[in-house]
Amino acid sequence: MADLDNLYRQIIMEHYKNPRNKGLSDDPGYVTAHIKNPSCGDDITVQSLLADGVVKDCRHDGHGCSICCASASVLTETVIGKTMDAARALAGNYLNMVSNKDHDPAVDLEEAAVFAGVRQFPARVKCASIAWQAFVRTIPEQK
Amino acid sequence: MEKNPWRDQFPQLTGKDDAFLDSAASSLKPLSVIAAVDHYYHDLSVNIHRGMYASSYEATRLYEEARAKVAAFIHAEEEEIVFLRGATAALNLVASSYGAAMLGPGDEIVVSELEHHSSFLPWQAVAAKTGARLVFVPLDPDYRITVENVRKVITTKTKVVALTYVSNVMGYVTPMRDVIALAHAVGAVVVADAAQAVQHLPIDVKSLDVDFLAFSGHKMLGPTGIGVLYGKAALLAAMEPVEFGGEMIDEVNKDRSSWKDAPFKFEAGTMPIASAIGLGAAVDLLDSIGLSAIEDHVVRIRRYAYTQLKKVEGIVIYNPTADTGVIAFNIEGVHPHDAATFFAEQHVSLRAGHHCAQLLIKALGIEACLRASFYLYNTYADCDRLVAVAKEAVRFFKGVGF
Ligand SMILES: Cc1ncc(COP(=O)(O)O)c(C=O)c1O
Repeated sequence: MADLDNLYRQIIMEHYKNPRNKGLSDDPGYVTAHIKNPSCGDDITVQSLLADGVVKDCRHDGHGCSICCASASVLTETVIGKTMDAARALAGNYLNMVSNKDHDPAVDLEEAAVFAGVRQFPARVKCASIAWQAFVRTIPEQK
Repeated sequence: MEKNPWRDQFPQLTGKDDAFLDSAASSLKPLSVIAAVDHYYHDLSVNIHRGMYASSYEATRLYEEARAKVAAFIHAEEEEIVFLRGATAALNLVASSYGAAMLGPGDEIVVSELEHHSSFLPWQAVAAKTGARLVFVPLDPDYRITVENVRKVITTKTKVVALTYVSNVMGYVTPMRDVIALAHAVGAVVVADAAQAVQHLPIDVKSLDVDFLAFSGHKMLGPTGIGVLYGKAALLAAMEPVEFGGEMIDEVNKDRSSWKDAPFKFEAGTMPIASAIGLGAAVDLLDSIGLSAIEDHVVRIRRYAYTQLKKVEGIVIYNPTADTGVIAFNIEGVHPHDAATFFAEQHVSLRAGHHCAQLLIKALGIEACLRASFYLYNTYADCDRLVAVAKEAVRFFKGVGF
């Protein structure tokens, strides 16, 4: 039960019930990426508005389990206002962290750190990852 | 507490405190099946139909004996039993060989929203290729296939009726005998997806008069990697293989070649020999216990679990009237993947998702659901665990704010 309590942290539930930056923009300036997990039906679209090397805005929409939806919401709050380089590094570290791979502890995951509980649940790593994977696809690769 | 007479034969259960409720995905494997597979690898380990030496002769004998056992199990002739990778491969073979050759523009294929993807997608692909049209049996308000509704969609244009015999999500038994009579009256063939039927219902293909019947070994106590296509001898004789290679030929020439007779022309290359032999052992066990004893048990257990589970506030059940051992349900307001994690933590193994039946999930108007499925080794204690954990889950998710 401790693991479960750690998975369904208050912050996660709060984002699940009151998602931030939800709903897509019609502005053609946004870069859009869509990822779906066909085995469980999680389906998330992420949009980024990029200018001057900075993530000016980030939006999401879709449906899925609480972990999937909450991670999309936390993603947007975490990356908005960051430089693309910083956001890319943070996303890479987050994705490695939830899948229990080597990651750089010096990178502050901020609110996204609450998803550490997912590591105890291999079946749910994908849920916590797809919004972030979609975000990574919206920003250009590092030159 | 009741003593389950069969549990001891399933080593996967010994020393574990888990309620395994996912037999519709794959059943557990009994010692006799494991021993048969082990005997092949340990003592024989050679190819069939080829070598002129004792161990190859013995492996061939066991492989063909398995075919004979499967044939007897469903009252077919041996040459009507094609070994393939599973129900999926069997249904694909019918669609891509029989379907592609026999269908054309204006023809109709009757399917339903209750189908597993393996019984729907092959026909969708053949329809696209041949110009034939897919026609859906309207499901009744419980999402069942009924004879009345099948009658509404069968016409002189119908050439193939491809339906599930038992639904893998709802546990409904299709009234196959009546469906077959309706189809034959217009000259259509019936392809029954029996992947969830053979392990529950005695099937006599001769008296049923079904044209094709597909199933998998791993859901009926057998190994993975082996399944069966039953086809009426005349239909199989007229069908072209879709895979070509070793062992399936009669004679090979530069300009043209010819094939062995069925079933061998459909068994190209080296087959999963150990799995076929293991399937023979699975059939032996099902025969010796008796499908009716198994089904009595499964239905009793399922009814017990259902009666308790439906009393739990916050649980929605989608198939109150299931005929076999399946309960499709959700916790209200909780995504089934969240719920499944809770059940897994409390050692209840369930499946969550669309169960390879997205058409049904869409018809139900949900994103996904949980499925508990029961088989001979399940006990009342497993049901009690399911219900207790369901109660805890409702409380837990409410507690964290769902
Ligand atoms: C009704 C039904 N049809 C077909 C299949 C496919 O079986 P397999 O994956 O063994 O080929 C399944 C298995 O999930 C099933 O439940």
